Amino acid sequence: MDTLVAQYSRPAFENEGYAQDDDQQLITQITPPLSLKFALPPVAQSSSWLRAMTDDYSNPNCPIKIAHGTTTLAFRFQGGIIVATDSRATAGNWIASQTVKKVIEINSCLLGTMAGGAADCQYWLAYLGMQCRLHELRHKRRISVAAASKILANLVYSYKGMGLSMGTMCAGVTPQEGPALYYIDSDGTRLSGNLFCVGSGQTFAYGVLDAEYKYDLTEEEALELGRRSILAATHRDAFSGGFINLYHVKEDGWVKHGFNDTNPIFWKTKLEKGEFSNVTSKLV
Amino acid sequence: MASVFHPGPPSGTPKYSFAQQPNTASEGARQHSFYPYTDNGGSTLGIAGADFTIIAGDTRSTSGYSINTRYCPKVFRIGGPESRIALSVVGFAADGDALKERLDTILKMYKYQHGKTMSVAACAQRLSHILYGKRFFPYYVHAILGGLDEEGKGAVYSYDPVGSYEREQCRAGGAAASLIMPFLDNQVNYKNQCIPGRGTGHELRQRVQEPLPRKDVEQLVEDAFSSAVERHIEVGDGLQMIIITSKGIEEIYKPLKKD
Repeated sequence: MDTLVAQYSRPAFENEGYAQDDDQQLITQITPPLSLKFALPPVAQSSSWLRAMTDDYSNPNCPIKIAHGTTTLAFRFQGGIIVATDSRATAGNWIASQTVKKVIEINSCLLGTMAGGAADCQYWLAYLGMQCRLHELRHKRRISVAAASKILANLVYSYKGMGLSMGTMCAGVTPQEGPALYYIDSDGTRLSGNLFCVGSGQTFAYGVLDAEYKYDLTEEEALELGRRSILAATHRDAFSGGFINLYHVKEDGWVKHGFNDTNPIFWKTKLEKGEFSNVTSKLV
Repeated sequence: MASVFHPGPPSGTPKYSFAQQPNTASEGARQHSFYPYTDNGGSTLGIAGADFTIIAGDTRSTSGYSINTRYCPKVFRIGGPESRIALSVVGFAADGDALKERLDTILKMYKYQHGKTMSVAACAQRLSHILYGKRFFPYYVHAILGGLDEEGKGAVYSYDPVGSYEREQCRAGGAAASLIMPFLDNQVNYKNQCIPGRGTGHELRQRVQEPLPRKDVEQLVEDAFSSAVERHIEVGDGLQMIIITSKGIEEIYKPLKKD
């Protein structure tokens, strides 16, 4: 029995840090094999074939319509980070869903947002969640937001030109870096910053957010600003709408502040604050 | 451009007498020699109730304007006899079949290896990963997965062709999705229905959503399909319904108009 146990157990701290097969895994898994994992069409230029089949911007008649369209925002302020999104997914002109969860909970302290291809964001942010957990197990402490965002940036960079479509923000608070916010997109861009808006409605959200933003916002003001910026985008961008999804990332993890229908919020804002006066409740 | 993707009227019928082929598409984006998909039409629908789930689909299979067969099921029970999961696939039937076979095998292997059936939540995530595995050569399908969750409540998951998924109360897919989905929004989720007698404007209150009894849902499904048949050429012939309850799975077939 003892020999059996010895055969399958190791001293507790034999390989502090990386184990041998962990190294192996890092090499093979940080950049997953392309042709092994994903089926490719039997043509020379698979990316232009994929584009002809799925890109509804360059070809509105494309046969496969992938869910798109969004407004997402995140900003840093003295009390942490606010993350807000709409909830509409469109495939061409068809509203595929009004209830998409565009804030992806990577773990209890890290959030990702979803803009661009819904499947790309869902899949790769779930993958990122797995890598973050593995990092935690290997190093016995939580991954920094910088490292997490870089895993994602390197990953999408390795697929550059293959047709991935994602614009995502990683928001999190860690003891070593405080509140941190990164923007990553499928071109391989990775930026850190105080304030980002991503998606087809980004310009409308920036309009409101830039006008009212200061770092010293109170928690109440910050949540309201996030909500109001998304509302502006849903009002002017046809590809955004549905519900407003609000999160606040604090030092001890994120807090959800509801998934609320835009329509009552719009009328409340108009009635109580006198905004949106271009909209009348009467005909003519 | 559209004529490249959708087969034109069947040969023999009069064609438009244009002197030359319409030349609207830009010359740069032409690479259509490899076109592995056919749209086989049809429509599917899934509704989750308090303790049951209904997945339904019509049984017509078309390509272009011709009808291949009047009985080609799109809704499948998967994972063997003990499993309480149904999958519907609409779009390209060959891709749909391949997808169904893969998921069915996975569910069976799971049963043999773990001695229990897979939960719907796990199955839903697995299906997403299968679809995403063909991100660069997609399955031309809109899948809807139905079953009962860990608490015994009805669960419907819907997918896009490359695997983004969401749990929903109801979802219509396929050719007549744009005809059926608005009806479902109104009749299942009570969208744009207000409680009468509460006044107008800001006094209006949304009618709250409550789980529908099974008989009502079955009737809704039949109405949805008989209406879709009236207005969509690719839907018709027969309605196949799979009803999942904790007691087992029932299958109902009802004829639809065959013209």
